[in-house]
Amino acid sequence: MLDRAQAGLAAVGDVSIFAMKAAREMFVPPFEFRETLRQLYELGFRSAPLIAVSGLAVGVVLSMHTRASLERFGAESLIPSGLAIALVRETGPLTAALLLSGRIGAGIGAELGAMRVTEQIDALEASAVDAFRYLVVTRVIACVIALPILTTIMNFSGMLGGFIAETAVNGMPLRLYFTRAFSLIDFTDYVPATLKTMVFGFIIATVSSYLGFTTESGTEGVGRASTRAVVLSSMVIIISNVVLVRLIFFLFPEAGG
Amino acid sequence: MAGSAVLATSERATRQAGRTAAVRLDDVSKAFGTRRVLDHVSFEVPSGCGFVILGRSGTGKSVTLRHIIGLVRPDDGRVFVEEDEISALAGHELSRVRQKIGFLFQSAALFDSISVGENVAFAMRRHTDLADAEIVSRAREKLAAVGLGDEFDKMPGALSGGMRKRAGLARALALDPKILLVDEPSAGLDPITADEIDELLLGLKQSGGVTLIVVTHNIPSARRLGDQLLMLHEGRIIAQGTTAELEGSDNEMVRVFMTSQHAG
Repeated sequence: MLDRAQAGLAAVGDVSIFAMKAAREMFVPPFEFRETLRQLYELGFRSAPLIAVSGLAVGVVLSMHTRASLERFGAESLIPSGLAIALVRETGPLTAALLLSGRIGAGIGAELGAMRVTEQIDALEASAVDAFRYLVVTRVIACVIALPILTTIMNFSGMLGGFIAETAVNGMPLRLYFTRAFSLIDFTDYVPATLKTMVFGFIIATVSSYLGFTTESGTEGVGRASTRAVVLSSMVIIISNVVLVRLIFFLFPEAGG
Repeated sequence: MAGSAVLATSERATRQAGRTAAVRLDDVSKAFGTRRVLDHVSFEVPSGCGFVILGRSGTGKSVTLRHIIGLVRPDDGRVFVEEDEISALAGHELSRVRQKIGFLFQSAALFDSISVGENVAFAMRRHTDLADAEIVSRAREKLAAVGLGDEFDKMPGALSGGMRKRAGLARALALDPKILLVDEPSAGLDPITADEIDELLLGLKQSGGVTLIVVTHNIPSARRLGDQLLMLHEGRIIAQGTTAELEGSDNEMVRVFMTSQHAG
């Protein structure tokens, strides 16, 4: 029991050191522009359909729940703005991050794990390439850039889903829906909540890269790295979200209103 | 003690040959957990030499190669590549020394997300100022030299084991290294393909300028490629010399090992 606790603490320490190294090297030249762009395409652009479709579905469901609640008070006109606030402040960022921890986290864990067990990471080092900068830092930068953009896509597709649900029920026009949706949202609702997903992106990339980079035990290890990447990054995202929301309320008191 | 004696022998050999050492291990020890993999290992590889490291599986041969290119750092002792102590280098300095070395991995370790040609071009793109057309042209030449001139655009997954090894060799030679490290060149290959890989390595050695350090337990391969042979057992050097010297060794294990695949 004590051994497991010690091993767990050692692993937390190792991940933290790995993450700090990644955070430092993100800002140290030379930058791997070409590989970072490739990762932005692979991790970001190719995740857009998943996020857009999921956002639509989330928007429809949120709209149905919001209608069920607000109808009781005769406040149906508040459905678009209520849904938009819920999406932009919390549902969009958190749902996007959890979906991406599944897609991106599993992908990074499996890819780097496979590269480790097939000696490709050693081959990179032997080719006089800093494998950490080439494989890890590029993915971290790509995730930090991609998450806020994908979250914005999630928010808009969610609102679109909400519109589809509303117009199906009462024939609300698109223009009126979005005018109402944006009527109560301001800067402090959108910017801090969206920027916090940069932290989620950093968590997904560093946790998954660490698990891939340190894979052992052949193909079984690759599978384990992939699964753990999803589980751990999701867990860390949910826990860190508590701290981040508290921090946002502290820095932007109006965001809590 | 044994390590020091072997070092003295190899230093004499280097001086007699009038050449500088391409690689030197100085009292290197390494353990993984509680398992000691290298135990006070010292030897010197003269420049331009064909140097073969022999031994049974799990005796520290591959770990020795990994020390030479800085993929593994010794717990004790020092590793030199020419005049640079690679075991003490990091960052740009380590990268500079690694550019002098090519490494053919046992599994070839080709980057499977890019084409065979891009595998060969990879190091040139990163470490030279050559124009793209020139890099592609040189990569094609390297592939043609190992008999893969038509495979530039294929993905590594589409190659056979022998072809992967050849492509790995072309990649290892991309920057025209002074030192070529080869880990088990015949592992997993049929005898004919293994001979073809040996022929390529022999051609490189005979063309001069390349110091060849090969890890193998294939004795026919060792005879062809090795000017000097070194045998490891349980992380220690138990013999070093020419093929004839190892065959006449007082150590029965060395003699048995050297004659075990005599016909092969």
